[in-house]
Amino acid sequence: MIRFTLDGTTLEAAPGETIWTAAQRAGVAIPHLCHLPRPGYRPDGNCRACLVEIEGERVLAASCIRTPREGMVVRSESSTRAQSTRRMVFELLLADAEPRDATGGFAQWAERLGVSASRFAPEAARPAADLSHPAMAVQLDACIQCGLCERACREVQHNDVIGMAARGMGTRVVFDLGDPMGASSCVACGECVQACPTGALLPKSVLDEAGRRGVPEERRVPSVCPYCGVGCQVEYRVRDNAILEVVGRNGPSNQGRLCVKGRFGFDYLRHPDRLTRPLIRLPGAVKDPADCLDPQQARAKFREASWEEAMALAAAGLARIRDTHGPNALAGFGSAKGSNEEAYLFQKLVRTGFGTNNVDHCTRLCHAASVAALLEGIGSGAVTAPFTAARDADVILVIGARPTENHPVAATYLKEAAAHGAALIVMDPRGNGLDRFAQEVVRFSPGQDVALLNALLHVVIAEGLYDRQFTAARLDGFAQLAAHVAAATPEAMAPICGVPAEQIRRVARLFAKAGAALVLWGMGISQSVHGTDNARALIALTLLCGQVGRPGTGLHPLRGQNNVQGASDAGLIPMTFPDYHPTGNDAYRARLEALWGATLDPMPGLTVVEILNAAEHGAIRGMYIMGENPAMSDPDLAHARAALARLEHLVVQDLFLTETAALADVVLPASAWPEKDGTVTNTNRQVQMGRAALPLPGEARQDLAIIVEMARRLGLDWTYAHPREVFAEMVQAMPSLAHITWDRLEREDSVTYPCPAPDAPGAEIVFRESFPTPSGRARLVPAGVTDPGEPLDADFPFVLTTGRELEHWHTGAMTRRAEVLDALQPGPTVSVAPATLARLGLAPGGRARVVTRRGAVELALRTDPGLPEDLLFIPFAYREAAANLLTDPQLDPFGRIPGFKYCAARLEPA
Amino acid sequence: MNRMASPRGRQPRPGPRGRIADPRAVEQVRSALGRLPLRRDLLIEHLHALQDRYGALRAGHLVALASLLRLAPVEVFEVASFYAHFDLLEDDAPAPPPVTLRVCDGLPCSMAGAEALLRDLQATPPAGVRVVRAPCMGACHRAPACAIGHELLEAATPERIAAALAEGTPQPPTPPGLADYRARGGYAVLQAPPPVETMLERLEQSGLRGLGGAGFPAARKWRLVLSQPGPRHLVVNADEGEPGTFKDRHCLETEPHRVLEGMLLAAQAIGAEACWIYLRDEYPDLHAMLRREIAALEQAGLAPMPIHLRRGAGAYICGEETALLESLEGKRGWPRHKPPFPGEAGLFGRPTLIHNVETLWFLPEILGSAEGAARHAATRPRFFSVSGRVREPGVKLAPSGTTARQLIEDHCGGMAPGHSFRAYLPGGASGGILPASMADLPLDFGKLEAHGCFVGSGAVVVLSDQDDLAEAARNLLRFFRDESCGQCTPCRVGTAKAVPLLEAPRWDRALLEELAQAMADGSICGLGQAAMNPVRSLLRFFPEAVP
Repeated sequence: MIRFTLDGTTLEAAPGETIWTAAQRAGVAIPHLCHLPRPGYRPDGNCRACLVEIEGERVLAASCIRTPREGMVVRSESSTRAQSTRRMVFELLLADAEPRDATGGFAQWAERLGVSASRFAPEAARPAADLSHPAMAVQLDACIQCGLCERACREVQHNDVIGMAARGMGTRVVFDLGDPMGASSCVACGECVQACPTGALLPKSVLDEAGRRGVPEERRVPSVCPYCGVGCQVEYRVRDNAILEVVGRNGPSNQGRLCVKGRFGFDYLRHPDRLTRPLIRLPGAVKDPADCLDPQQARAKFREASWEEAMALAAAGLARIRDTHGPNALAGFGSAKGSNEEAYLFQKLVRTGFGTNNVDHCTRLCHAASVAALLEGIGSGAVTAPFTAARDADVILVIGARPTENHPVAATYLKEAAAHGAALIVMDPRGNGLDRFAQEVVRFSPGQDVALLNALLHVVIAEGLYDRQFTAARLDGFAQLAAHVAAATPEAMAPICGVPAEQIRRVARLFAKAGAALVLWGMGISQSVHGTDNARALIALTLLCGQVGRPGTGLHPLRGQNNVQGASDAGLIPMTFPDYHPTGNDAYRARLEALWGATLDPMPGLTVVEILNAAEHGAIRGMYIMGENPAMSDPDLAHARAALARLEHLVVQDLFLTETAALADVVLPASAWPEKDGTVTNTNRQVQMGRAALPLPGEARQDLAIIVEMARRLGLDWTYAHPREVFAEMVQAMPSLAHITWDRLEREDSVTYPCPAPDAPGAEIVFRESFPTPSGRARLVPAGVTDPGEPLDADFPFVLTTGRELEHWHTGAMTRRAEVLDALQPGPTVSVAPATLARLGLAPGGRARVVTRRGAVELALRTDPGLPEDLLFIPFAYREAAANLLTDPQLDPFGRIPGFKYCAARLEPA
Repeated sequence: MNRMASPRGRQPRPGPRGRIADPRAVEQVRSALGRLPLRRDLLIEHLHALQDRYGALRAGHLVALASLLRLAPVEVFEVASFYAHFDLLEDDAPAPPPVTLRVCDGLPCSMAGAEALLRDLQATPPAGVRVVRAPCMGACHRAPACAIGHELLEAATPERIAAALAEGTPQPPTPPGLADYRARGGYAVLQAPPPVETMLERLEQSGLRGLGGAGFPAARKWRLVLSQPGPRHLVVNADEGEPGTFKDRHCLETEPHRVLEGMLLAAQAIGAEACWIYLRDEYPDLHAMLRREIAALEQAGLAPMPIHLRRGAGAYICGEETALLESLEGKRGWPRHKPPFPGEAGLFGRPTLIHNVETLWFLPEILGSAEGAARHAATRPRFFSVSGRVREPGVKLAPSGTTARQLIEDHCGGMAPGHSFRAYLPGGASGGILPASMADLPLDFGKLEAHGCFVGSGAVVVLSDQDDLAEAARNLLRFFRDESCGQCTPCRVGTAKAVPLLEAPRWDRALLEELAQAMADGSICGLGQAAMNPVRSLLRFFPEAVP
């Protein structure tokens, strides 16, 4: 420690610690404007509000950036020079900048220093307000040029939209080329708004009529973001039972950062479409798949009902089918958007109340292939390292994932690592938001992942670059793999995968020679008819190079939904019970039967697409769907919707009359995430506490209560009154949750599993010594090159790929009802390469029709320079042009996941 | 087919967010850049290439350049908008007039009638010419100066400007080349350099101090850099912009290879990976000359390491050594905080020795022999740039510690006819103002500080009874306002607020003092710290001149 004196008091500073920080630690406040003591914010020393006098130095020093030397004599309060210069700084700033946020640092410190007016004349020209963005107001008449917004945008979130242009008194905050914020490349993460100390940048939701931060919130509720698997910790600021503002908390996966959805996407809660009373299908009202397209037409076929009537009807229909056609005529879809407790109870209800393992959820549409390959290869389906391990990685490989859109806050860590020198390799058939940060951008042909990965494996083996020690000590199957990829030379694979052999070799060497490499992947790997093979090859590459089990290394399938990890862990899967014990595992089944007091079916159930196929054939007659929307999310929707419409009895529990609910018999109005208490598990295996911020609207009920009520009506004697009781039971059923209790989560907000002790942090990096397989060794599984999917031909010459956009979550049920998100991304588009548009004589913004062998949709054209000429992209969130009307329902043979990323299509003028 | 509108009837974007690089613009940028590598540190060179080719920086070209450099558009924009020599325009904005006529409004030029010239030219600009103000062009001894395009025109009059517009500016004499210098024994020291320790001893013995203005002992700088692990860099600060200063120009015009030899000696001594010359954009002839002579050096095998020549782009602050480093890295010229010092973490974060042109000028002699070092130590000669109301303004080689009176009387032939000596600026715009009664102070480092002044780069501007001292202070503060980088509050806002205070019918002395103290104490770099020196000098020495 370095000892120095501040105003005569001896303080200690750690090496590298600044005077400001050491003072703050000692409880001494020094004014600050441009310094924000939050993770990721570099002190900048430009505002000069924190100046101190250092004995022996000619001029004052900014305490936020100056590190003390041993014995340094520093004066803050006792220095009249420092005091008067600080006050002058505020007076100079106040000449032109009027704080628009009384809670911000500028207003607060000005008041504390007693500077309320300026003797200096304001500049003649005042910056005009820029209200062009739907979510944020830019009023630079409050700006003090402290640059925090620039650091927020550039150094924290790495979005690189905000800069400080011009110079001198003309220095101003700009977006891109001085464009209006709303017309700029801003992705609306809102980090700048959260950092701004003046109110020059404010969320529009808090503005009063004068454009200042208005009445303060009544309460602050710490919770977790409900959108993606990153699991950002948020704080809801609530007033009049509405969410006024959302700010990021210092959670382990976000450190204060959020994205546009997590910050501005919560007004769906109070959307007029929100269901507040149960609905019952009117007698004789036919279930028509066309109702999925028209909510009003759908709504007209229902009437409101009391909970008693609705629950009685809902349960009776399920019980009747169970009792007349047997348990396997029933199925349930739980949700990866609910809590762990809900997921656990839902699968328990289906397994014990229905008596079947026909329970699944959207993991089937997302990482089923990854989980299959991971379980097969290393004996565990979860990530071996958090994405924050990127900080310790030399090389980061991202394949088939677009985190800047789908895991925006995770993307910030990858960009940050690249900015700090890690080599980023991005593999994607489309231009990727990470490309600008990448050392190697590998654009490969859609669907040819295995060809590319096998060629990489070939180089690694042929050039002897693999980790021999790791391979010998911890891996099985090397010889078979080596033989398998012997012919997959870069030259042989280049024509198939479309990547030059030279780049394949370069990338293989870069990856294999990394001291620590982290591998992240997403739907591009898994949503394929050979998704499991894709994942096998990727896992093999990672294992072979010994890149698991050390800091900065690991396998990280970026989980999509906020709780897809937790829901899967909790057993919302047809072939496995909680903690991934196969239904056929007699020992675990017996244990679970004892815990639950029920008899369980040893046979695995059907998966999502199989259940709908069975419904179409009449084998499945009744379903209970909680918070899932297969009428939008499943492939080949015409079939999926017809299958749902064919069900004898469909109970849907949701917030809105979704496309799936439109085909229901009973619709139960449920709870949104900010209305409930419960835990969720993010992609990093962090179990986190969510807390209710708002009361339920109307007669809507807690999902957990609805599940319990349903169970009781199906004959189970459940008495769970609070999620903590469910969590306690989960811990008994799931050794993975050892040492994690509800109380601990209440206290700590986040605990990573596996966790070695009640008072120890969880293990971020796992499998340091061995893998959770019977032998403790991992298995290399060769993957063969197969057709990418549906063949192209003259009628269908394009590859259509589907996915998500930054602003819209999954099927859009929530986000399309959020004002800001809708304003930013209001309608369906098909993205097309500029050259293709030109060739077809189509104009961006015009309308077009995309046709596949299964259907057609009409939508707007969007030009995208990142697309290859033969590729089309449609996001699947839009009911009016549902991408999944087009997709191919073929399944991966192992993961049973559909190939959403590849089907043959035609593009024509509308 | 369902034709449902979005819930609120909005239309989706037809393309990606923000501006996208148009393929045609990308091709145009590629063509303008020619063989310039696509590296971020070359950004300012790229921008020059575009400005030179298209007469302005078009938005589409900036976006295209960003995409080629894999930068975000704002990273290019904020750099481009920082420098005065770039004109930023939307793609559809009308092109600026083909010729830009910059009229220097620096103090010596203003004293020589630049304001009237500007007024007249702006009232009736010549066809196809836009007339703008510009800061010091390093021609204070032949004031008023202006630049037509990039070509300097000295002693400008409406007639000379008209002639230059019609027939081109008069060509300056060509500086001596490599062969001339070698014929005079040049590069002898470089070709048989003494051991590093000997060089350090001689440097120490000579007492050579940094002549860019800070006066830091050169030997100590070398030792600091040498104590750091390599790779190291050598940077030449040829960005003299302190109003009243034109001695680096003089060195480079008189014997450029003497400077280059000094540079290579210093580079060798510290084991530099490369030399980087940052030359102000106001000296285009010197740029062409240096490019030529560097090529000649390399061809002659005399350059043991790469020599990079870079153009400034119209920013006084880039003469500040850390702002210069930023600019060399292709960024805005925002000074860095010290510590760390450039000797520890300089260009690209590497230990860097930065020397001013004039400092290098003296190196071959000092390092060549112990006698040379001793000779230097005897008088510590330096070049004073003398301008203003003297009979023979110009660059004067004189011992350190020479007084203003000696400069005027012994070197400049006395005051200009009809003028009587009233005041002088001992160190350019930032060095304060002293009365004639104090013209016997030695002009040397550390000698004027007690009077709130400093000698700095040795730019002595002489004022007479016919000069309005308050107007001189306003002129200097306008300069600092225009040239403040904008990074720190005291300087950014302080210089801007000082100007109207000085334009008031009566000066608020107390407030000016208070502001001056805060700026001196609180600014990050020397610009803001010294900006109020002229005002403080007036308040202290010339109460009668203060309104």
